[in-house]
Amino acid sequence: MAGLSAINPQFLYVCAGIFLFAIGLWGTWLHAHYVRKIISLNVMGAGVFLTLIAVAYRGENLPPDPVPHALVLTGIVVAVSATALALVIIRRLEDATDV
Amino acid sequence: MYEAASVVWVISLPLLGALLATVWRQHAATIGWVSSVLTAGCAIWLLWVVQHAGVQELALGGWEIGLGISLYADGLAAVMVLMSSLVVLGCSMYARQYFRTQRQHELFWPLWLLLATALNALFLAGDLFNVYVTLELLGISASALTALGAKRAALRAALRYLVVGLLGSMLYLMAITLLYAAYGTLNAVQIAEALQVNPLGWAALLLMLAGLALKMALFPLHFWLPPAHSNAPAPVSAALSALVVKAAFYLVVRLWFEVFAPLTTPLLANVLGALGAMAVLWGSWSALRAERLKLLAAYSSVAQLGYLVMFFPLLMVLEGEARQWLFGAMVLFALSHAFAKSALFLAAGILLRYAGHDRIRELSGTTQFLPLTTFVIALAGIALVGLPPSGAFLGKWYLLDAAFQTGQWWWVLVLVAGSLLATAYVFRLLGHAFGHLPAVKRPFVAATQEIPALALALMATFGLGLGAMSLWSWLAHTGTGAGL
Repeated sequence: MAGLSAINPQFLYVCAGIFLFAIGLWGTWLHAHYVRKIISLNVMGAGVFLTLIAVAYRGENLPPDPVPHALVLTGIVVAVSATALALVIIRRLEDATDV
Repeated sequence: MYEAASVVWVISLPLLGALLATVWRQHAATIGWVSSVLTAGCAIWLLWVVQHAGVQELALGGWEIGLGISLYADGLAAVMVLMSSLVVLGCSMYARQYFRTQRQHELFWPLWLLLATALNALFLAGDLFNVYVTLELLGISASALTALGAKRAALRAALRYLVVGLLGSMLYLMAITLLYAAYGTLNAVQIAEALQVNPLGWAALLLMLAGLALKMALFPLHFWLPPAHSNAPAPVSAALSALVVKAAFYLVVRLWFEVFAPLTTPLLANVLGALGAMAVLWGSWSALRAERLKLLAAYSSVAQLGYLVMFFPLLMVLEGEARQWLFGAMVLFALSHAFAKSALFLAAGILLRYAGHDRIRELSGTTQFLPLTTFVIALAGIALVGLPPSGAFLGKWYLLDAAFQTGQWWWVLVLVAGSLLATAYVFRLLGHAFGHLPAVKRPFVAATQEIPALALALMATFGLGLGAMSLWSWLAHTGTGAGL
C-alpha cells in the first residue's frame, strides 16, 4: 500500500472523475432507452463535478478554492431540473395515445 | 454608466416578461408581445451604444471579474442580439394569432420569453461558465417549447433534442473544468491571454468543438435537428432553426477566433470545412427529397449551417482587410438565413393551418388561396438559394471570391452544387404551389400572421442585401480582445 499512498489523492480524484465522464458518455451514446440515456448523462455530470471538486483542492493547510464549488452547485441545479424535464417528457410519451 | 444599461435591459426585459407571464397568466400574450417590442427597441439602442461609445464591458453587481457575472458587448454581439430580438419580435406577433386557446398561450409565453432571455444572455456572456448556464437555459426552454407540439412525434423529438443538448453541454462543461484547472479563471479574455499550446488546451478545444457541433447540428451530428425542428409549433420551429443553432455557431466563432486563437490550425479548420461541405451536399439533397415543407425547411437548415462552417478554412489563410470582409460576409450569411428561415417556417405554419397539411406534392392551388403566404415562401426561397439581392448572395459571393483568391477551388464546387440543389428544392416547392386548381375558396388569414412573415422575408431578401454595407461598419467595433 505504500506505493498507492504516494500517489497524489487529487490526481486520483481527477482520474476517477474523467473515468466516470467517459462511462457516462459511452452510455449516453450507446443505450437506446431514454431512461438509460438520462441516467448516463447524470453519471457524466457526476464525473465533471468530481473533477471540479478535485480541482478546488489547494493543499493541506489552505482552504479549498470556492469558485469550482459554486460551479458544481450551479451544475447540480441545472442537472436536476433538466433530468426532471426529461422524465416528465418520458412519462408524457408513455401516456400519449396518438400513434 | 448610462450606456451600459442597454446591455442589462436586453437580458432583463424578456426575463421580466417571462416571470410576469408566469404570474399573470391571463395576460400572458399581451405581456409577451409588449416585452418583445421593448426588447427589440433595447437591442437597437445597444447597437447604437456600441457604435458610438465603443465596446461595453460590465461586471454585474460590482463583483470583480473572475468572481461575478461579466457581460461583454461588442459589434458582433450587438448585431446577433439585434437579429435575435427582431426574429423573436416577428414570431411573437405571429404567435398571438397562431395559438388559439388560452391554455396554449399560458404555456407558450413564459418559455418563449425565457428562450429570448437565454439567447441574448448567451450573445453577451463574458465568461465561459455563464455561457454554460445560458446554453442549458436555451436547451431546456427550446426542448420544452418543442414538446408543446403535444403529438407523440413532437414529444419524442423534444426528448431527443433535450438529451442531445445536455450531452453537448456536458462536453462543454468538462472543457471548462480543464481550462479552470490549468489557468484558474473562466473569463474569456484572461484565458485567451494565458492560453498555451499543450495537450490540455487541445483536449479543451476538442471537447468544446464536439459539444457545440452537436448543438449546432453540424454533419454528421445533425440527426436530431429535422425531427425537432419540423414537429414543433410554427413560431417555435422558426426560432429553433433561425436562432438556437446560430447561438452555438456564434460560440464556435468566438472560441475559434478569439479564445483558442493560438491553438487553431488550418488543418483543423479544413476538417471543419469538410464537414460543412458534406452538410451542404447531404442537407440540400435531403431537402430536395423531403415530402413535407417543414421537413424541407429543417434539412435546408442543416445545409445552410454547413456553408457557415465552410468560411472557417478560408478565414484561417486570409489576412488583413480581405479577412475582415470575409468575416462580415459570414455574419451576413448567418443573419440572412435567420430571417429567411424564420419567414419560411411561419409561412409553413399558415399553410399547415389553412391547407390542413404541408405535403409538397399536394400543394397545388396554394397561390390561389394563399397568395401572400406563397409570396413569402418565394422570397425566403430566394434568400435560401442565394440569389441577388439577398444577404445570402453577398455572403456566397465573398465565399466564392475568397476560395479563388486562396486557390482553394474545391469549396467552389461544393458551393455550386449546393446552390443548384437549393434552386431545385425551392423551385420544386414553388412548382407545386403554382399548380392551378379550378375553383378555390380563399380563407380569411389574419394580417397579423402574414405580415410578420412577410416582414422577415423582406428583411432577408432586400433589407440585408441592400443595407449590407452598414453591417461591416457595425462589426468594425468587434473587440480585438476576446469577449464572449
